[in-house]
Amino acid sequence: MSGRSVNWRNSGLIGEDTPRLDGRDKASGFAKYTYDINPEGTLYAKLLTCTHAKAKITRLNVDPAKAIKGVHTVYLFKKEGDDCNWDGELVAAVAAETADIAEDGVRAIEVSYEVARHFVDEDDLEGAKAAERSKDIVDKTDGDPDAAIKGAAAVHEGYYGIATISHMCLEPHGVHSQWNAGGDGPKVVVHNSTQAVSTTGPQFAQGFGLDASDVRVICNYVGGGFGSKFAADEWGLAATQMSKDTGRPVRLMLDRPTELKTPGTRPSGFGKVTVAADKDGKVVAWKSHHWGTSGPQGGTIDGNQMPYVFSFANQSVKSTGIATDCGPNRAWRAPNHPQLCAITDAALTDLAAKLDMDPVELYRVNLEAGAVEKVAQSKLAVYQAELDRAVELMGWDDKWHAPGEGDGPVKKGVGVALHRWGGRAGASTCTVKVHPDGGAEVFLGSQDLGTGTRTVIAMVLADTLGLPLDRVKVHIGSNAYPPANPSGGSITVGGVSGPVRRAALDALWQICDKVSAKYGVPTDDLDAFGGRIWHDHKEVCRWEEACRLLGTTPLETSGKGPENDGLTDQLVGGVQMADVSVDTETGIVTINKMVAVQDCGTIINPMTARSQVYGGLIMGIAYALSEERIMDNMTGRYINADLENYKLPRIGDIGELVVDMYQPESEFARGVVGLGEPPVISTGAAISNAVFNAIGVRVPVLPLTPKRVLDALAAAKA
Amino acid sequence: MREHDQQRSDQPSSGSGFNRRDFLKGSGAAVAATALVNEATEAQAQDKKVASGPVDVTLNVNGKQQTLKLEPRTTLLDALRDELNLTGCKEVCDTTNCGACTVMIDGKATYACTRLAVEVQGREIKTVESLRQGDNCDEVIDGFVRHDALQCGFCTPGFVVATRAFLNKNPNASLEEIQKGLGGNLCRCGTYNGITACALELAKKGGA
Repeated sequence: MSGRSVNWRNSGLIGEDTPRLDGRDKASGFAKYTYDINPEGTLYAKLLTCTHAKAKITRLNVDPAKAIKGVHTVYLFKKEGDDCNWDGELVAAVAAETADIAEDGVRAIEVSYEVARHFVDEDDLEGAKAAERSKDIVDKTDGDPDAAIKGAAAVHEGYYGIATISHMCLEPHGVHSQWNAGGDGPKVVVHNSTQAVSTTGPQFAQGFGLDASDVRVICNYVGGGFGSKFAADEWGLAATQMSKDTGRPVRLMLDRPTELKTPGTRPSGFGKVTVAADKDGKVVAWKSHHWGTSGPQGGTIDGNQMPYVFSFANQSVKSTGIATDCGPNRAWRAPNHPQLCAITDAALTDLAAKLDMDPVELYRVNLEAGAVEKVAQSKLAVYQAELDRAVELMGWDDKWHAPGEGDGPVKKGVGVALHRWGGRAGASTCTVKVHPDGGAEVFLGSQDLGTGTRTVIAMVLADTLGLPLDRVKVHIGSNAYPPANPSGGSITVGGVSGPVRRAALDALWQICDKVSAKYGVPTDDLDAFGGRIWHDHKEVCRWEEACRLLGTTPLETSGKGPENDGLTDQLVGGVQMADVSVDTETGIVTINKMVAVQDCGTIINPMTARSQVYGGLIMGIAYALSEERIMDNMTGRYINADLENYKLPRIGDIGELVVDMYQPESEFARGVVGLGEPPVISTGAAISNAVFNAIGVRVPVLPLTPKRVLDALAAAKA
Repeated sequence: MREHDQQRSDQPSSGSGFNRRDFLKGSGAAVAATALVNEATEAQAQDKKVASGPVDVTLNVNGKQQTLKLEPRTTLLDALRDELNLTGCKEVCDTTNCGACTVMIDGKATYACTRLAVEVQGREIKTVESLRQGDNCDEVIDGFVRHDALQCGFCTPGFVVATRAFLNKNPNASLEEIQKGLGGNLCRCGTYNGITACALELAKKGGA
């Protein structure tokens, strides 16, 4: 990195496949997650939750629980007279010597409910209107869609939908909380399974009249969050209160059913679309009305982003939220986008079919016409290039056929969809310390959700100082460190890599100044590489000799971001294609192959970046084919809240996955952009479109379960 | 939980109706009552319901005999995690679906959440921690790292044990056999691609 410029060029480590540094500890069980924190004296807490969708608690007697030997305390989330608003809402927690005794305590609690009428049918717009549970949120029109539809060469009307799903973090939400942890340390030490190490402390403090400085929040490893783990949450506060009351550390992790029901879901979306095009496939009008539920809040997916990615001269969009007595929603990986994409891209493929047109061609025509949202205008050429690559990697031109064409009961088909995401770097700070013996370490209150954050930070620090990875240490996962952004919205890799680069460069340049003075070489032209300082390709000194010039005190620098120095950027596109087989006798959909072409600016660690995309594809296959929350209209309960009946794909269910990281010079030059959300967005739409191509019938609602496929086939026959 | 609502009083727990673990523990207590009748403490003998309260349970874990005071209903998973602090096996589904709690019992991959500690006395129990001695890791662990077959990592130790046990039995497994053999474990982040690549690579080398 000759000269004092800030960029990602001339790097030794950036862009190299680097196995994650915590891989061994995670794979060997040595890594301690919140659920694994288990110091002597820990009490285990279990939860009583409401079993009704809508009810008032008429009686709540916890004395029988308290009477059980080994039960230490009972915490009440609700009291007699309180309302419960969904199946799974927390009522009480029991802390005991063992988890089994805590469960005994929960069973012993006497609770009665006065059950009220519930409403949980999230697709029933008319019923919601009748029950006064619907609320129009967006209702807007540009141009004159009705006139444009009249003059169009092809008009398609369709109904589409996508069910509510749960986050299904394998490590449930929860904490291990210790009041009066002792020594000179903070008053409360909370191990919290969180995506937000730096920002949850004040929430714990506020709950107990403490200063935020009294609360230490620690999270070295988190077993999945996907957008649902940003808060201290009522169970976190409950565990802390129970620790305060008992003088013992308390671990409270949600049980599996509660984990599915309560700490968040991804809202459903259902909608009617009318879309029209001229004879060349250029869309001339879009009309849609969608609805769905985010639970008691009564929201639905964002109408302001419909249609998705595309934008047409004449369009009207309406959205209606439905308040249901279902569990509440939280951000789920790429909030709104998978649902918007599933509706928009399915309608576009169906429109292409009306025109006897290959949907890829329809995309091309409309991209050519610049018919995309303002925010995506800069991606037009990228989308075209990504379509080219996807077409080639999928063998699309050989596989695509007129919808439903083909003989025999098992039919094959291919589908396409595209997406976008922001991914601007989050606001983070860090401290870099370089020791006189040459060792270097970096501190920041970030967290590694499994995206490889820890490894990326180490790569940036080591790369900047010209050191091998094992000479640097990364300290994250504690709010004792400089604050870093919560990890949500694909903002972390950009959020941490910029500040670490800047702090490390600052340290390097200060050391180079000392080297310059000592060795009489011009300071601006010094490079650090291979554990040595170089001038004009000649070694000046070893790194350790350079650091010895610091004297006895370590050098400390800090970095922050985001800044407009080119290290980070925002906005990614991405194209995905699916190749499926559909058994028209059983309704079973099998994934043969998926292709994901994904840009994300500068890629620091291609290995973990690809893993993000593989993961996105697999989560996409899950919500496309099998996973959904099933609410029972009769009882108002979430009836498949366990891993037996909430179906996720297993290792043999994913087909061949082809991941193509699109990083031409123009992308590398942009700087780092986040990647966590985008690859999960268009998977569902691509698979739905592939099923349509296979059988010639639209299966309207995701997931495309065998029943839904057979129902669609039967309806088409009738 | 006793529930006194007006419409329904048939829900046995906060879960989704029938709870396999409750059933297991109930029958476990009965098994224990028979198996441990000689070992039961005086207090237990006086308990007229079923055997309850802690008894001595001796487990052979990772080559070490350890005697614990456990209630007979304690699952092997809870004993390993909460008593022995061997937290590599994770509690995720608690209903024998996900495999995050996989350990080897006499060499066979087993869901620790579905076995009672008291019934696996005298058996050879190996947890994921046994596959690593300091910096010396089993090939499966290093293969997972090399193929980036993990993200959040919560399912990973269970998958590692399942893979080790599977390859021991099927050292030259084919892709199809791997997909079937490792079908008892679940991952949410989406790491199946790397796991498959790792298992295939090791199978090509005879399962080392």
